[in-house]
Amino acid sequence: MGSRSSGWRLFARTVMARAYPRLVMNVREKWWLVFDIVLPLVGVCAYVFVYRANGAHPDLIGFVILGGAMSAYWMNVLWAMGNQLFWEKETGNLALYIMAPNSMMAILLGMALGGMATTTLRAASILAIGSLLFGVRFDVSNAAMLFVVFALALVALYGMGMMFASMFLLFGREGWHLVSLAQEPVFLLSGTFFPVRNFNFWVAAGASIIPLTLALDAIRQLTSSSGAALGFLDVGTEVAVLAGLSVVFLIAARFLLAQLERLAIAEGRLTESRA
Amino acid sequence: MQALAIETARLGRIYKPRRNERHDTKERVALSDVSLAVPRGELFGLLGPNGAGKTTLIKILTTLLAPSSGWAAVEGYDVHREPQFVRPCINMVSGGEASGYGLLTVRENLWMFAQFYGLSSSDANRRIAELLEIVKMSDRINTKSSQLSTGLRQKMNIARGFLTDPNVLFLDEPTLGLDVEASRDARNYIRRWVKEQATRTVLLTTHYMVEAEELCDRVAIINGGRVLACDTPQNLKRRLQREAIFHLEAAPLGAGDVAAIAALPGVSKASHQATGFGSSVELMLQEERVLGPVIGLLESRQIGLRTLTKREPTLEDVFVELVGRSMEEVEHG
Repeated sequence: MGSRSSGWRLFARTVMARAYPRLVMNVREKWWLVFDIVLPLVGVCAYVFVYRANGAHPDLIGFVILGGAMSAYWMNVLWAMGNQLFWEKETGNLALYIMAPNSMMAILLGMALGGMATTTLRAASILAIGSLLFGVRFDVSNAAMLFVVFALALVALYGMGMMFASMFLLFGREGWHLVSLAQEPVFLLSGTFFPVRNFNFWVAAGASIIPLTLALDAIRQLTSSSGAALGFLDVGTEVAVLAGLSVVFLIAARFLLAQLERLAIAEGRLTESRA
Repeated sequence: MQALAIETARLGRIYKPRRNERHDTKERVALSDVSLAVPRGELFGLLGPNGAGKTTLIKILTTLLAPSSGWAAVEGYDVHREPQFVRPCINMVSGGEASGYGLLTVRENLWMFAQFYGLSSSDANRRIAELLEIVKMSDRINTKSSQLSTGLRQKMNIARGFLTDPNVLFLDEPTLGLDVEASRDARNYIRRWVKEQATRTVLLTTHYMVEAEELCDRVAIINGGRVLACDTPQNLKRRLQREAIFHLEAAPLGAGDVAAIAALPGVSKASHQATGFGSSVELMLQEERVLGPVIGLLESRQIGLRTLTKREPTLEDVFVELVGRSMEEVEHG
């Protein structure tokens, strides 16, 4: 047998290998077209019709479509990152991941990259179909800044997802309930379908710990003429906070993963409880 | 280089009740005082009923579970304190596991696991082709694993275990779910693989006596978390060579009849099993001539004797002698 990689090469191989099933899923499982595009669009339509019925500013329709697209990432972070290790444990994959000489951070990063790639396809589809359906045009004022915000939003969101995954290592089925609990309130707090500025300042500031909040606010400011007037903070501040959240979540994920893996090994929670 | 591939000293593991399992307040001793030394190149078996502690021991040795007491090393590294050195040297296959992803093909699943060990794609693909040939699954290389039968899935798992050519391979009931022919093929390959290189070691758990007897250089018999005996299968059976072992088939026996047989002087053990048309009894006698009183007792109770066979001791008999009950009786409480 040939030589084996170690160090960063092993890390990179692990990331790519774990991302692979998620990338392949897009091609082999077609149900996501219904569940991840059509159903979210139905929710988007409901908000659009409410705004139209009230004669709201047309930019708000674009806000709703952007919210629908970005919410795909939140769903992915919750269900395919936070709760993923529970399913990996059930199938026996988690034991094999831990037992292999790779880093669990590489596994989480692979899950995150695979999730980002597949969800970007879903988000782009929601954005494109929603814009066509409702005749929305986005007016991008600073494409480079928009790219930076989007990239930071993904790093912060998936960093948070990696942190959740580490924390949920200790949970069994109760993790599923926590994920369910975090789903809808975050749509409200992050202003998925309305400008977060409508909240009291401190509520909006508190909600900013969810990367979706500031990312959506900044993206809206950068893609519509009325965005700046409806924005919560200026884009520069939001970018700085998102960068900070990215660093904090990634460091926390790494720290928690090490601690909780140790605890899970001590308590016998990495595998099903066969004796 | 370490002479011992696996070593444990007074190893113990206690499962404490979790916070959400308040109804079950008892601690459960899964492993107690286990001391083993497995030299390199050995095919070592752990034989015991379900719940004996075999899987717990494997979990500890594969760095997935911390011991509550004692110490264990694989390839000279402490499994609890130095897992980063243990992990590159080992792999594991569990019976009935559903690892991998159903939407990936057999080749893709195996490739993915090979990547976690740092194998290049070309090495991995070459090795996958070789192993699938060995487990007679070459024609399924591009089949999604969700479309495999239980047996084929287990063959894929077996291939995964050998894929990384580990120094120490842990096989936890590896033939579970395989048909007779596939089990035999798997056993043959396991034996051939471990003998090919002196550095390779296998620790195999099973509750199939034939598997342990046929495959293992040495066997540890484990029950209730304790190792009761550890030796070669021949030496273990030699413990019983003074005893005479008979298998008899008779008309239906009641509990009182079996108790009366067991109480006869010179009867070491009488284990009874109801069959479709009567009773099957395994008798372990201190001397062959004790058979006379047993037959006399059956006659006095007008119980027809249908067949009587003397047989050589098996590992099952060794287990019965050590535990006092058959493995099946232990499993059914």
